[in-house]
Amino acid sequence: MSATLPTTLPAPAHAAPSDTTSWWLAMRSVFVRDLRVALRHRSDTAAALFFFIVVVSLFPLAVGPEPGLLRTMAPGVVWVAALLAAMLSLARLFADDQADGTLEQLLLSPTPLALLVLAKMAAHWLISGLLLALVAPLLAVQFDLSWEATKVLSLSLLLGTPLLSLIGGIGAALTVGVRGAGVLLSLLVLPLVAPVLIFGAGAVESASAGSGYGAHFSLLGAMLAAALFLAPVASAAALRIAME
Amino acid sequence: MQKASRATSASPSATRPATGAVSLSLQGVSCARGDRTLFENVTAEIHAGQLLRIAGSNGSGKTTLLRVICGLLDPLGGEVLWAGVATRRQRETFHRQLVYLGHAAALKPNLSAIENLTASCGLAGVACSDADAALALAEAGLQEAAHLPARALSQGQRRRATLARVALPARHDDAALWVLDEPFNALDATATPWLMDRIEHQLARGGIVVLTSHQDIAFGPHVPQVTINL
Repeated sequence: MSATLPTTLPAPAHAAPSDTTSWWLAMRSVFVRDLRVALRHRSDTAAALFFFIVVVSLFPLAVGPEPGLLRTMAPGVVWVAALLAAMLSLARLFADDQADGTLEQLLLSPTPLALLVLAKMAAHWLISGLLLALVAPLLAVQFDLSWEATKVLSLSLLLGTPLLSLIGGIGAALTVGVRGAGVLLSLLVLPLVAPVLIFGAGAVESASAGSGYGAHFSLLGAMLAAALFLAPVASAAALRIAME
Repeated sequence: MQKASRATSASPSATRPATGAVSLSLQGVSCARGDRTLFENVTAEIHAGQLLRIAGSNGSGKTTLLRVICGLLDPLGGEVLWAGVATRRQRETFHRQLVYLGHAAALKPNLSAIENLTASCGLAGVACSDADAALALAEAGLQEAAHLPARALSQGQRRRATLARVALPARHDDAALWVLDEPFNALDATATPWLMDRIEHQLARGGIVVLTSHQDIAFGPHVPQVTINL
């Protein structure tokens, strides 16, 4: 009986708008939506930021006012705190979407999932890593870091925190829908981001010691380039498995 | 490819042969959850303009079958074909023509209904202005509440905000397949006929609608239906 019905559906859309335009549109809408959600729900962003500030500030209080010692440990302390602060918000990167059903819609988008995941990771970096990198110079004052070392600390965080969002995103995708995801996520991700920590903190130490930090930055940059390509693909694959 | 060969069965008045190609076919689809087999060997052929209704008791796998049709879940056996091609081999083309309204509302609680609608439209790769979204929401009966955050909406209003996706002209044009999971849940006496009317319109223009429903929603005898009992 269906054969007699008129078919008035227009031609399939893949003929009309180009793929890249619609991909770009989808990525932008995911990015804007995540930023909007974060802006409406500022307490989560603020909590991670304050956690970072408090943890870093506790060290000078605990260790005591010894400028030499503080200067030596500053890069490591700031970097470890940044790592832990980034973990706080990572657990909910995909978990919230899964809970309210938007993750299913991401999986059913005509845009490749890896690109949408990349947009989500970019939004996550903007509300976590970027803020940490901006606050870090203020905290460096407590450790009596030189101007040069402070500058390198901020730059290393700017270069390294996107890696935390990218690599952490794989962990978040793997643990989506798992009970106690927060702890599991940290166990999975923290060992993986150890190289970022080593080269990030190492760059600041070299700068303090007066030697060049270009090699550290080159390595961080290379890791970032590789992760930009690989992490979204890996996360997308993990999400498809997790949603089964 | 298949599209061209199938178009010959469409009415000669169709000016664009490729448009007659929509058809959904389930070929021996089986699914299991853990050790328990939910359904086995489900086979159905749904053509343009037909409604597929999936019936069954609670826990019989209605939602699971919908998820298999969408491609969220790989079946244990069998295949889902869209326009004669396996959906997993043409994921992007298939998903461009699919609107899936699942069990969860897919609304961000802190965003307004308008923001949610424009975001989901953008996700489908279709541009949608706030004005378009407001119109679609008004049609779904959410004029006043369109600017409220979704968490402030009632269950029925949230359902309407989700359903507004099928009332969007921009999105609606490409969407040949609607997959609706319990779309009539929580809808009141005015929204139910509205949704039935939307579904009938979608069928009349040659689309396909797949739905599950607890309620006995009586479509007119002019609506061609296929029922799968799980």
